[in-house]
Amino acid sequence: MLDRNQIAQRIAQELQNGWYVNLGIGIPTLVANYIPEGIDVEFQSENGLLGMGPFPFEGEEDADLINAGKQTVTMMKGGSIFDSSMSFAMIRGRHVQLTVLGAMEVSDCGDIANWKIPGKMVKGMGGAMDLVASADNIIVAMSHTNRKGQSKLLRQCSLPLTGVKCVKKVVTNMAVLDITPNGFELLERAPGVSLEEIQAATEGRLIIDGDVPEMKL
Amino acid sequence: MNKLVKDAKEGIEGIKDGMTLMLGGFGLCGIPENCISALVDTGVKDLTCISNNAGVDDFGIGLMLQRSQVKKMISSYVGENDEFERQMLSGDLEVDLIPQGSLAERCRAGGAGIPAFFTPAGYGTEVANGKEVRYFDGKPHILESALQADYALVKAWKGDRYGNIIFKGTARNFNPVMAMAGKITVVEVEELIEPGGLDPNFIHIPGVFVQRIFQGTGYEKRIEQRTTRSKS
Repeated sequence: MLDRNQIAQRIAQELQNGWYVNLGIGIPTLVANYIPEGIDVEFQSENGLLGMGPFPFEGEEDADLINAGKQTVTMMKGGSIFDSSMSFAMIRGRHVQLTVLGAMEVSDCGDIANWKIPGKMVKGMGGAMDLVASADNIIVAMSHTNRKGQSKLLRQCSLPLTGVKCVKKVVTNMAVLDITPNGFELLERAPGVSLEEIQAATEGRLIIDGDVPEMKL
Repeated sequence: MNKLVKDAKEGIEGIKDGMTLMLGGFGLCGIPENCISALVDTGVKDLTCISNNAGVDDFGIGLMLQRSQVKKMISSYVGENDEFERQMLSGDLEVDLIPQGSLAERCRAGGAGIPAFFTPAGYGTEVANGKEVRYFDGKPHILESALQADYALVKAWKGDRYGNIIFKGTARNFNPVMAMAGKITVVEVEELIEPGGLDPNFIHIPGVFVQRIFQGTGYEKRIEQRTTRSKS
């Protein structure tokens, strides 16, 4: 099974030169630590910056420079700042090539639920609904099962949806899967994880076509 | 075109029970600290507040929640606030959660004279309930209406008495679109500049959108998530 950092590392392999990328809170944020050699990407944070850099050194935090998770950050050379409406214009207008975000549930047709547990957690969707409704390329980073051991890759989401038919790829601690018209297509297994284990942890339709290779990290 | 007022108290003059306010800021970054303090002092209540977030328990809009001044919040994300959660679950506080990009665009539209627009965000979710759906290029979109406010409370970095303002870093966020959407827009600045002191090429919001401006004081600029890396 992969840990959080390894999930991020695997997702980083999907980055392509010249892409603008929006990373959600949690595992997605870690993707920035694993940009492959020779790949030039710029990170967008939906509160209003492009060219987001790493966390500041201690003592150099700036209250006026935070990311969408409200964490203090820095700017890369060539970065830019803009207001919230322009930020979502670049998201809605498909000028950002990749969105990586976490989820509580994903269905085998690409629906995603990640903002609300009725009666329990009502914090709001933030920018997630705008991001998933518009991005051409959406990768979900999450654990394959929840804390109770139940599958998070479902035939149908049970929680309130964030977006419909939008997720393209899921990278979990067990597998890499593409969303296809016929369900989750298993592309890669985490090292040491068997097809049977993945099948048992996947409630939605799962397509296994021949030998499925192990991930290379 | 002198829009200069003395302080926050004069800035918020005329805000009455039951009014709708916009408050700039993302988290605690770029919030109108002075105006919020002045609002707390007046005790004005039954307010509808349009703001991306609702502050934390003891800062930002959280201070107004503590005194039960807010009747309804229109926001995109309201975590990090226990008092908020308590009032929401007990039914004391009405909450309308809307996608962040739709919130920003609804403010912009309100200031730009566009009554409504179609967006893909929220289609197929509970956000779309009761909203008109229309297909463009084969893709479903929902109709969202513009937002306006009796008062917009805005925090800027520098400004002049004509109401021209600029913002610093990500403290810009919702402030410009809300500045456009207030019937009365009140701006507090960290630095009041003599007219001519700001390069017209780099004005973020022209004074035409601003009715009142004042020099703010005593900014705390609290950091919500202090994250750093070590030098080694």
